Amino acid sequence: MDFLQPASWQEALELRAARPDAVPLAGGTDVMVELNFDRRRPGALLDLGRVPELRTWRTEDGCVRLGAGVPYARVIDELGKQLPGLAMAARTVGSPQIRIRGTVGGNLGSSSPAGDAHPPLLAAGAVVQAASAARGIREIPVAEFFTGVKRNALAPDELIGAVRVPVATGPQQFSKIGTRNAMVIAVSAFACALHPDRRAVGTGIGSVAPTPRRAADAEAFLAGELESAGLWESRGELPETLARAFAVRVAAAASPIDDVRGTAAYRLHSLSVMARRAVTWAWNDLREAA
Amino acid sequence: MRITTTVNGTEREVDDVWAGESLLYVLRERLGLPGAKNACEQGECGSCTVYLDGEPVCACLVAAGQANGRQVTTVEGLAEGERLHPVQEAFLETGAVQCGFCTPGLVVAAHDLLQRVSRPSDLEIREALAGNLCRCTGYEKILDAVRLAADRQAQG
Repeated sequence: MDFLQPASWQEALELRAARPDAVPLAGGTDVMVELNFDRRRPGALLDLGRVPELRTWRTEDGCVRLGAGVPYARVIDELGKQLPGLAMAARTVGSPQIRIRGTVGGNLGSSSPAGDAHPPLLAAGAVVQAASAARGIREIPVAEFFTGVKRNALAPDELIGAVRVPVATGPQQFSKIGTRNAMVIAVSAFACALHPDRRAVGTGIGSVAPTPRRAADAEAFLAGELESAGLWESRGELPETLARAFAVRVAAAASPIDDVRGTAAYRLHSLSVMARRAVTWAWNDLREAA
Repeated sequence: MRITTTVNGTEREVDDVWAGESLLYVLRERLGLPGAKNACEQGECGSCTVYLDGEPVCACLVAAGQANGRQVTTVEGLAEGERLHPVQEAFLETGAVQCGFCTPGLVVAAHDLLQRVSRPSDLEIREALAGNLCRCTGYEKILDAVRLAADRQAQG
């Protein structure tokens, strides 16, 4: 096994193209586990930790362009205002030690159905910037990025450079069920974002389907009901019946399985409870802001 | 491959490191520093917590090559000669050590907390130690140890 350690983004892309057998390594919180347990023996590790561009973020065109190598600890410290949903999810990742090393880009690369960053990225309408030496940058909406359990739309010669996340224009919430508060892999997770500027609702669900996904019908339903009841304007109370009807539609978007962490039935139940609560919290935040 | 890492203030060179090897393996098996413990190998237990460039990390999840050219401080690097660090003293005095396996990781995590927050609340202590498992103490004595170390630190 070779250890490849590019010092620039260009060099990283060239190495990626030359070595399709290499596994990209960021914070190591997923990849090193697979190596330690002999589950994986790639031809090479491609360590992206020395590529300075990956560890930066900036705001451009109403989005945060978040470098793939920015760790969760910095998302929490630096981006709570701009990306509140992602920062909330980042606070629930692993432990302090894990949040210092683990990155959003690594989470996307692993593409676990339980990845904590995915639901808020889906709810916010984020876009993955994949890059290759041959073809440059390709933008992939997060909703189209996950193609199966731990599979994604990256080509063999591509690396994740950044994720572009729209700066929040309204309240966002994230909720996650696990067996305790620390060091938990989600049994189920839910994120929502209110976009009052365009009178839209965003959602993301985790650990309840082969991939993280949006609950698109629930989004359209809620946005439409809020519109027809004039609630976007009045900022009146969110009727509990509406929150419940929304939650039913969120659960309908899931296709969970029974596994060691929980049953499919529990996943559906907990998802709908979280959806009802989280959307109510978000709506109340919007009312308070008015 | 060869890696060169500054460990507890001394530059160390290690040859024939395998690409998939962890920093923890290098510390324990190649450098003879058994303080950081090898338990879960998946970042769950925190018993291998060391500083990497001043940040507490699980050494089992850092590839050795990622530590090349970096600064590593292990639990062995906290005492000054024979004089234990106040956090270590506090662990001894409060009985926060039973079997001792988790202790090095907890000491490093507590040391990091007290560097950042001089008078941590119980909630802050719990959060800072959330990545370190102990199967003996029930954590109460460990919380006592961190409170004691914080008190002493505040008194200078």
